[in-house]
Amino acid sequence: MPLHLYIVRRFLFAIPLIIGITLVAFIIANAVPSDPVSANLPEKSQNDPEIVAAFRREWGLDKSLPEQYVTYLGNVLQGNLGRSIKTKRPVIDDIRQFLPATFELATTSIITGLVLGVGMGIISAVWRGKLVDYVTRTVALLGVSFPVFVLALLGLSILHAQLGLAAGPGRLDVRITKPAAVTGLYIIDSVIAGRADILANALSHLILPSLVLGVYTSGLISRITRSSMLEVLGAEYVRTARSKGLSERVVIMRHAFSNALIPVVTVIGLSFGNLLSGAVLTETIFSWPGIGRYAFQASTSQDFPAIMGISMLIAIIYVGVNFVVDILYFFLDPRIRLA
Amino acid sequence: MTSSTFSSTPVFDWRDRANKVGFVLRRNPLVLIGVVITIIWVLATLFAYQIAPFDPSVQNINDRLQAPSQTHPWGTDELGRDIFSRVLHGGRITIVAGIAVIVFGSLLGSLIGSISGFLGGNWDELMMRFTELFLAFPTIILAMAITAALGPDLRNAVLALVIVWWPSYARLMRGLVISAKTNQYVDAVESLGATRPYILFRTIVPNCLSPMLVLTTLDIGNAILTFAGLSFLGLGAEPTTAEWGRMVAVGIDFFDQWWMWLFPGLAIATLVMALNFIGDGLRDIFDPRTRK
Repeated sequence: MPLHLYIVRRFLFAIPLIIGITLVAFIIANAVPSDPVSANLPEKSQNDPEIVAAFRREWGLDKSLPEQYVTYLGNVLQGNLGRSIKTKRPVIDDIRQFLPATFELATTSIITGLVLGVGMGIISAVWRGKLVDYVTRTVALLGVSFPVFVLALLGLSILHAQLGLAAGPGRLDVRITKPAAVTGLYIIDSVIAGRADILANALSHLILPSLVLGVYTSGLISRITRSSMLEVLGAEYVRTARSKGLSERVVIMRHAFSNALIPVVTVIGLSFGNLLSGAVLTETIFSWPGIGRYAFQASTSQDFPAIMGISMLIAIIYVGVNFVVDILYFFLDPRIRLA
Repeated sequence: MTSSTFSSTPVFDWRDRANKVGFVLRRNPLVLIGVVITIIWVLATLFAYQIAPFDPSVQNINDRLQAPSQTHPWGTDELGRDIFSRVLHGGRITIVAGIAVIVFGSLLGSLIGSISGFLGGNWDELMMRFTELFLAFPTIILAMAITAALGPDLRNAVLALVIVWWPSYARLMRGLVISAKTNQYVDAVESLGATRPYILFRTIVPNCLSPMLVLTTLDIGNAILTFAGLSFLGLGAEPTTAEWGRMVAVGIDFFDQWWMWLFPGLAIATLVMALNFIGDGLRDIFDPRTRK
């Protein structure tokens, strides 16, 4: 199938999925026996029927459920995700404010995970059954077994409090002023502003959370890289490459690894999607003002407009990441292009 | 019609599997380490009342925030409670919650997946699209939204995780049933006049259980991690309860008293790591591609 037809088909398939996700979020938001009134109004106001009625009217809670959902979808089509009950701001503005922090953290974390995970996976597969294989597999398993909140606390205790090698929670030190917002990504904004001090500070704040999330992600990537490489290393074309007298480095990297990439790229895509949807626990511990923390605050205050907005954002992120991964398949495997 | 009528139905060969387990244990020492650590944790929490030197909930303000010592090997918390005793008792909640999520999630998922795969056609399409909607949500965010809405407590946290967990089992079971229903023994049972529920639940499903068992074992560690994460966020156990995730969360407020968060954290990590070691071994047994 030609690439452009494939792109159109994927785009059309994404629309019902995104609508479906908003429907699930809407059902969950309304099927549970909780009342946004009690979660968001002070106790004194809850006893005043007029205030309660005004609150219900303001947030559309006085309409029937299908009516509420149809109104919501209509608003979404116009780019209006509603207003957060908690922050009292448009949800789209909240997302615009919180997403760059998550994007910055997710990008540095996936790079960390990619470097560590692919490296460990290849080493483990090439030296299968040797001591180095056991060591790397154990490290990879440790990565996926350690709760991220414990890894984060260990990192804060050792690398920040004891050794002073990394900065603590937050995106910047309190004494540092934020760079003028252009992209919302402090690394890029500080470069645009020509402020090396802000850049250095932002990077030092990224070290710990990126390392924590990167170690976890590297565990997943390493395991899939190893098993994918093991399958490929036994293939006849790898044996042929060796028998031609090619160096081991060329055999492993060009003939084996490039053919083992598809499952690896899939896991990297899924992990990046996960990170972009907000690493709730890590963002909470590191006071990182990202989507994960916003989702946590929205959930605990039953801020349904925000929950619905986040759900939709996450659906779009997943569809987008899977889309990019599928396009990458086209370039990685000629058989998919020709199918 | 009795079940013996259909005795020709192939059954799971446990002796063959036991031989493979023995082979893998000999070849893969990490599995053995995993089994040993898991048994130690299960026994330690099972006999917590006999092993723990102190009552996990008795407060002793005079002994508050004591570093590890001979009397309190893992120190004490902000109310003078013995951390070692609390970790032993806390395991009872965390491990049981993890297992409950897997048991109920796999039962629900298997039921939906097997019916979907068996019926096929439009019903299958409808049920699988519904399943995919749940799969598209990140686990922790969906679980968090459900728990927060139902009210944060242990039972609701487990319920939320079951709601999050069943879709992957439904997908797996559907695939297994679709594959199994084309076997000749299913035609044989059908030709003998068996009812459709009998064919599905007594003939097809028992032959799909072995990969399900592997996935569930692999998943217990994940369920424990996610449950502990919810508790850490304050959406599971109450602050006073001895539960591993909650104990770590309380320990953050006393960051310098590292023993308060480190020991319950290590408890989660070692148990999940041991379960993952076992899971990797099981994958070696059941996946011929990873065998040498």
